[in-house]
Amino acid sequence: MKGSQVRLEGLSKRFGKVEVLRPLDLEVQPGELVAFLGPSGCGKTTTLLLIAGIYQPSSGGIFFDGKQVNSLHPKDRDIGMVFQSYALYPHLNLFENIAFPLRLKRIAQAEVRRRVDQVAEFLGIAQVLFRRPGQVSGGQQQRAALARALVKEPSLLLLDEPLSNLDARIRLSARSEIRRLQQDLGITSVLVTHDQSEALAMADRVAVFSTGQVQQFATPEELYHRPSNTFVAGFVGDPPMNLLQGTFTEGKFDWDGLTIPVPPGHPGGSGYLGVRPEDIRLGGEIPTRLGIAEPLGREVLLSLDLGEGKTLKVLTPAGTRLAPGASLGLELRGAPLHFFDAEGRRVGS
Amino acid sequence: MGLNRRVWPWWAVLLGLLSLPIVAGYLWLVLSSLSNQMHGLLPTGGWKLQNWRFLWESVGGRPSIWGALSNTLIFAFGVAALEVLISAMTAYAISRLRFPGRGIYLGMILVLHSFPAVSLLIAIFYILRLLGLFDTLIGVILVKAALDIPLGIWVLKGFFDGLSWDMEMAALTDGASRWVIFWRIALPLVRPGLLALGTFALLSAWGEFILPYTLIISNKTWTLSLYLQSLIGAVDLTDYGLLAAVGLFYLLPVVVLFLLGQRYLLDIYGGGSKG
Repeated sequence: MKGSQVRLEGLSKRFGKVEVLRPLDLEVQPGELVAFLGPSGCGKTTTLLLIAGIYQPSSGGIFFDGKQVNSLHPKDRDIGMVFQSYALYPHLNLFENIAFPLRLKRIAQAEVRRRVDQVAEFLGIAQVLFRRPGQVSGGQQQRAALARALVKEPSLLLLDEPLSNLDARIRLSARSEIRRLQQDLGITSVLVTHDQSEALAMADRVAVFSTGQVQQFATPEELYHRPSNTFVAGFVGDPPMNLLQGTFTEGKFDWDGLTIPVPPGHPGGSGYLGVRPEDIRLGGEIPTRLGIAEPLGREVLLSLDLGEGKTLKVLTPAGTRLAPGASLGLELRGAPLHFFDAEGRRVGS
Repeated sequence: MGLNRRVWPWWAVLLGLLSLPIVAGYLWLVLSSLSNQMHGLLPTGGWKLQNWRFLWESVGGRPSIWGALSNTLIFAFGVAALEVLISAMTAYAISRLRFPGRGIYLGMILVLHSFPAVSLLIAIFYILRLLGLFDTLIGVILVKAALDIPLGIWVLKGFFDGLSWDMEMAALTDGASRWVIFWRIALPLVRPGLLALGTFALLSAWGEFILPYTLIISNKTWTLSLYLQSLIGAVDLTDYGLLAAVGLFYLLPVVVLFLLGQRYLLDIYGGGSKG
C-alpha cells in the first residue's frame, strides 16, 4: 500500500457569508500521520471534508501527489474515512459493511471474501462479522468502521474523531493500535481530534486550528516546547501553560506589580510570559499561598494564589502534603520561559 | 401509562357500544350474502348460495367478476408501485440534495395535496382524452397516483430526514454515487415507511370510486367498485343478497392483505437507524 502526498494551497471554505476556513496552506508527506487539533468549530472537520471531496472549496486547491482533485468526486479520490459516529450501515452485517466498498468496485465474490476476512482478522473482529452493527460493542463498531475504510487499500486515510465515542480504557489501546496499523501500512493519514493528548501521541505532525485558521503546524515536541503563539501555548499541554500578561523591561517582567527576572530575548513592552506548570519549582523567594491542591496520581496540581487575582498552576511530585492556605515560595530561575508579544506571537527561541 | 384497571371495563363497554353500528353493518353484509331475505339483522326465508352466482356466471349482461377483480388488482398495485417509487425518489431528492427552487417546490407539493380531486375531474377528463388515455386503466392509474403522490412525498421525506448524514458521507467515501446510495443505503433504511405508504396507497386505490367512475366507460375496464355501483343503481334488479355478496367479495382481499401486512404496519417505527 502506498500513501499519497496531500497538498492544500490557499484552501478556504465559506458557508454563505460565514467564512469557516480561512485560506490555508499545508502539506502532508507520504506515509505521514498529521493531526488537525482544535476546539469545536475551528475548521478542522471542514478541512477534512474538503479533502474527502464532500465539500467543495470556496477557493484554493487540493492536490494529491501533485494532481489537482478539487472537482473529483469522493468515490474517485481513493480515500478511506472513519467517522466519529462510525456511520456503519445498520441494515447490513459487519461483513457486508466492510465489503461495501469492494462490492461497488465489482470485485469478485471470492476476492471480496478473502480481503474482508483478512482485514477483519487483522483488526480482531473476525468472530463477530455476521452480526449487525447494533449487536456488537462500541469498540467493535469502531474497528469495523476502520476495516471498511482500509479494505479497499486507499492511499489516504481520513479519521474524524475516531476515538471520541470509545470509553477511556479502550481509547488508549485503540490509539496505539491505529498508529501501529498506520505505520505498518505506510498509509498517509489525517486525524481530526479535539483531544490534544491524542494528537500529540499519535501524530508525526500536528496542525493546531483556531477560528478557521492554522495557528501552528509542527511536530508534537515543537508544539510543546516552542508554541508559536499564546493560543497554541494555552491549548497544547495538560494542564495548560501559565500565561502571564504584563510588561517586559530590561531583564525584568512586571506582572501586575510582581517583578520576575527574565533572561534576554524578550519582546520589550507589553506582552505575555509563558511558563509550564511542571517547570516551576517550589522553594524559591516568590511568595504565594496555596489555593487548591488536585492530586492527579503521579503528580499534584497546585493552584497558587499570588495576590490581587493572580494565580499560577504548578505541578509537583505526589507525596507533598500541603494544607490549603499554606505559604509557599516559588522559583522561576532556570525554568524554560516563553515570550510572546502583545499580539500573542512568539518572540525569541 | 396504563389504564386504571377499575375504569377500563367501563371504557371497553362504551367503545363497544360506539362500534356497534359498524359491527352491525358487517354482520348484515355476511348474513344477507348467504340468506334469501333479511328482516333487519334476522335472516328469513332460509339460506341461499345463489347470491354468490356472480362467481361463475355473468349477472344481467355484466362482464365477469374475475375481469373486474383483475382490473382492480392491476389498478391498486399499479398505483401503489408508482406512488412508492416516485414518492421515494422525490422525497430523497428534497431531503438530501440541494437544487434551485427546492423551497418553492416543497411548498407547491403541499398546495397540490390540498386540492380536492373532484374539482379537477373535468380538466383531467379532457387531458386524458387528449392523451388518448381516456377509458384505459393506465390513465386512471396515472391520475390516482399523481393525486396521492404529494402526500407520499411528505411522509417519506420525514423518513429520509431521519437518516444520518455521516452514513451518507461514509457511503460517498466508500465509493458510492448518490444513485447507489439511494438504492442500497437509503431505501433499505426507510423500508418501514415504504411499506406503510405502499399499504395505504394500495387500500386507497382499492376503495377508489370517483376516478374510475368518471374516467372509465366500457365495462371491460370496470373495477370492482364500478361493478358494485352498477348493482346499486341497477334498474333491472334490486337484489340485496347479490349486492351483499359482491360487497363481501370486494372486501375480502383487503382483509387478507391487512392480516398479512399488519406486522409491518404496526412496526412502522421499528427499523430506525442507530449510528
